[in-house]
Amino acid sequence: MNISRSLSRRMPSGRHLVIGVPFVWLFLFFLLPFIIVLKISFAEADVAIPPYTEVYTWAENKLSIVLNLGNYIFLSEDSLYLAAYLGSLKMAFVSTLLCLLIGYPMAYAIARADKDIQTVLLLLIMMPTWTAILIRVYAWMGILSNNGLLNSLLQSIGLIDAPLQILNTNVAVYIGVVYSYLPFMILPLYANLVKHDQSLLEAAADLGSSNFNSFWKITVPLSKNGIIAGCMLVFIPVVGEFVIPELLGGPETLMIGKVLWQEFFNNRDWPVASALAVVMLAILIVPIILFNRNQAKEMEGRA
Amino acid sequence: MAVASSAYKKVLEGDQQPKEVLVKIERVTKKFDETVAVDDVSLTINKGEIFALLGGSGSGKSTLLRMLAGFERPTEGRIFLDGQDITDLPPYERPINMMFQSYALFPHMTVADNIAFGLKQDRMPKEQIEARVAEMLKLVHMTQYAKRKPHQLSGGQRQRVALARSLAKSPKLLLLDEPMGALDKKLRSQMQLELVEIIERVGVTCVMVTHDQEEAMTMAQRIAIMHLGWIAQIGSPIDIYETPTSRLVCEFIGNVNLFEGQVIEDMEGHALIDSPDLERNIYVGHGVSTSVQDKSITYAIRPEKLLVTTEQPAYEYNWSRGKVHDIAYLGGHSVFYVQLPSGKIVQSFVANAERRGARPTWDDEVYVWWEDDSGVALRS
Amino acid sequence: MRRFRFSNIMLWVGLLFIYLPMVILVIYSFNESRLVTVWGGWSVKWYVGLLDNTQLMNAVMRSLEIACYTAIAAVALGTMAAFVLTRVTRFKGRTLFGGLVTAPLVMPEVITGLSLLLLFVAMAQLIGWPAERGILTIWIAHTTFCSAYVAVVVSARLRELDLSIEEAAMDLGAKPFKVFFLITIPMIAPSLAAGGMMSFALSLDDLVLASFVSGPGSTTLPMEVFSAVRLGVKPEINAVASLILLAVSFATFLVWFFAHRAEENRKKAIQQAMDESTGAHLQAGPDSRRDPSQVHA
Repeated sequence: MNISRSLSRRMPSGRHLVIGVPFVWLFLFFLLPFIIVLKISFAEADVAIPPYTEVYTWAENKLSIVLNLGNYIFLSEDSLYLAAYLGSLKMAFVSTLLCLLIGYPMAYAIARADKDIQTVLLLLIMMPTWTAILIRVYAWMGILSNNGLLNSLLQSIGLIDAPLQILNTNVAVYIGVVYSYLPFMILPLYANLVKHDQSLLEAAADLGSSNFNSFWKITVPLSKNGIIAGCMLVFIPVVGEFVIPELLGGPETLMIGKVLWQEFFNNRDWPVASALAVVMLAILIVPIILFNRNQAKEMEGRA
Repeated sequence: MAVASSAYKKVLEGDQQPKEVLVKIERVTKKFDETVAVDDVSLTINKGEIFALLGGSGSGKSTLLRMLAGFERPTEGRIFLDGQDITDLPPYERPINMMFQSYALFPHMTVADNIAFGLKQDRMPKEQIEARVAEMLKLVHMTQYAKRKPHQLSGGQRQRVALARSLAKSPKLLLLDEPMGALDKKLRSQMQLELVEIIERVGVTCVMVTHDQEEAMTMAQRIAIMHLGWIAQIGSPIDIYETPTSRLVCEFIGNVNLFEGQVIEDMEGHALIDSPDLERNIYVGHGVSTSVQDKSITYAIRPEKLLVTTEQPAYEYNWSRGKVHDIAYLGGHSVFYVQLPSGKIVQSFVANAERRGARPTWDDEVYVWWEDDSGVALRS
Repeated sequence: MRRFRFSNIMLWVGLLFIYLPMVILVIYSFNESRLVTVWGGWSVKWYVGLLDNTQLMNAVMRSLEIACYTAIAAVALGTMAAFVLTRVTRFKGRTLFGGLVTAPLVMPEVITGLSLLLLFVAMAQLIGWPAERGILTIWIAHTTFCSAYVAVVVSARLRELDLSIEEAAMDLGAKPFKVFFLITIPMIAPSLAAGGMMSFALSLDDLVLASFVSGPGSTTLPMEVFSAVRLGVKPEINAVASLILLAVSFATFLVWFFAHRAEENRKKAIQQAMDESTGAHLQAGPDSRRDPSQVHA
């Protein structure tokens, strides 16, 4: 810590530039936009370009700000939106849990594998994240459809008589979400598990702990930060997920990302879309802060 | 061994030529937030000497070294090099180079490029750089490895490259941060001598930081013992070992037996100390200037100067009865742990000069004794 | 030992779950039949057909162009952010800065997309820039969220670097900027490459951000695919998707291959150095001659 402080002090002009450029960029293109979203969520929809009214007007040397809470009242009155938020949260919660249950043993197995095999396995896990989510979800459309591969298979082995309706249901969305987000659960878990000192488990075994007991009492508590990071990396984006419910879900699938998209692109109601985004952000702000603090802790822990 | 004895010889002879001061550290303090790493330290380092900062972790020795290099700026105080105030100079403008504990070789550059790096920063002409690099490689016997990358070298070889790199710019002052820290024990003693030989051949002034007293005593002509940010004692290895000025120093360097006592007789030529741990009084062959109020004093004696015998000494002072409590056989010598009648256990080193000799063994009644001038009386 | 075996089984089942759908997709892209679920024999006609689809080809070129720009900008910006996060420990607003860097990783894309679009609209109104939305605005959006990924990857590498290497360079007379370009950058080069590739892939894959911030006439490949896919499975899309999958697998394989080869070389060199130094010891060290373990060597 002392070292870095002294390094930084040695570059008075460079220092400002190095901090300034990314700071200004992120402020301009990440933070400022949220403020504008907040502003527009208080506007009214209008048939104009852009399709909303101004929140503040400058007339006769007077600045008047009209905060229109109509959008928020509208959201709270229409049960569709509440259902969409709840649907998103449920979807995110259940699929995070499923990802954890499937991903933890996988990450554990990779962390315990030989070093050479580890890199190969890691690349196998990472490769799908470099492929468009769109394509991976698309692959499931062909498999899950009524006359798709899965139904044909089940029918040919005589398990079912008529095709099961899987595509365009919530089941398909769960499959798609778990499928798409599984790598994001495994990678932070692996990064954490691989750092564990194997001798801790040996010490526990030496002291008479069964494997199962050591796993619950030693491995799981030590991997807490990895679990938090993995769960947040799945939960937060899934709440706002659009592509998966759009392609795999059906009329019963109510998710906020999809609703926001429809409000924006189909209804061209920018203020309501903004209000939806503001509420979504308000719901997610706690998990996001949790994630950021966890990241910061991981970073400082290693420094 | 010839080299170490030359450094040792120099100390014994006490440099004949007048000492010229190279580095002057003036009342330097360094605080990190609220913790004081270096506390009001002043010291001077002479031209051509190897000076060691010796201390445990958290003693402030590394912080002091980093302030000399320019990586840390003192909170208070000034640092002078050759009379010039360098306190505010950044590291890249100081004529001081450092050999890092981890060696910090640039992993993506060859040995030759590593050594040339500093010279290139000075925009030295290409031919001169090449000549200087060749000279440095020869100095550290690494010529045949010039094209290797650091990861293709062994630990000892890396150290030589690091040394060559820090000497290439002919710095006025060379800093060594735990120079043997990354080497295994066997290689250490060999490299210590080699390092001293090279440094002396180049004639550069050198400040080293170490926590290993043997290393400091082998390599340095003067040692500063640091503790909690301040300097406890500065002196030659012999001064520090034989005449420590405080309990702290004599406990830090080597092993020691300490006896608490009261001065009962204090003359020009001798003094007597009464210690409740010993049956006889301690006779000191010189006066100890005590104050009238406080007569308490600590008498320190090294284990190799405390002798064990089975016969009762004929002297009046400086001995005690005891019983062999434990013996540790260490090959070259054995450590006898003798329990005095007071219950206190003292250590005595007995050289194993014979392969098998008649020796006291466990629970034997013995006597411990020492010469008049073997120990040191300490006021603090 | 039982749990160990269970986790291994889970690993293989999980990998099967991840890869089987993609393999099926690739196989069906060679299906002769227009009915995507009925196997009608092998054929490459859908691939050939792609070349004639100029709209799709334009979208591909546009996406590749944006991905290139994004990779470059995100690496530059993300590296700066990582450097600030790891090397400049104290300045006003550091917590905010850390949050701004990592938040785009998890922020739902619909929120980022919507907010960026609203920003661009407001800016166009206020200062007349950007006059129209297209490649530039998509590039800005992609750079913003890709730089977060780069920052995470690069800062992990920066954190494990031995700081004294940079200090040594400074000690030898290099000024901070020179240290950064001569020493730091070469040492973190692999993570810069990884960050660049990641940004390229993320930019190429992105649908949601691009849908929000693109303008008329700047449709990207994922947008083309999406509008086709919405209406169901199509054989042409199978072919496009397969090509993307193959390209990504090939790139992944190359990454593994080069990393693996570099690692092998490194190991060999270290082994060689160790052999030599122990050999040298035998000749030079008087002590080692007496070492009993060396006698039979």
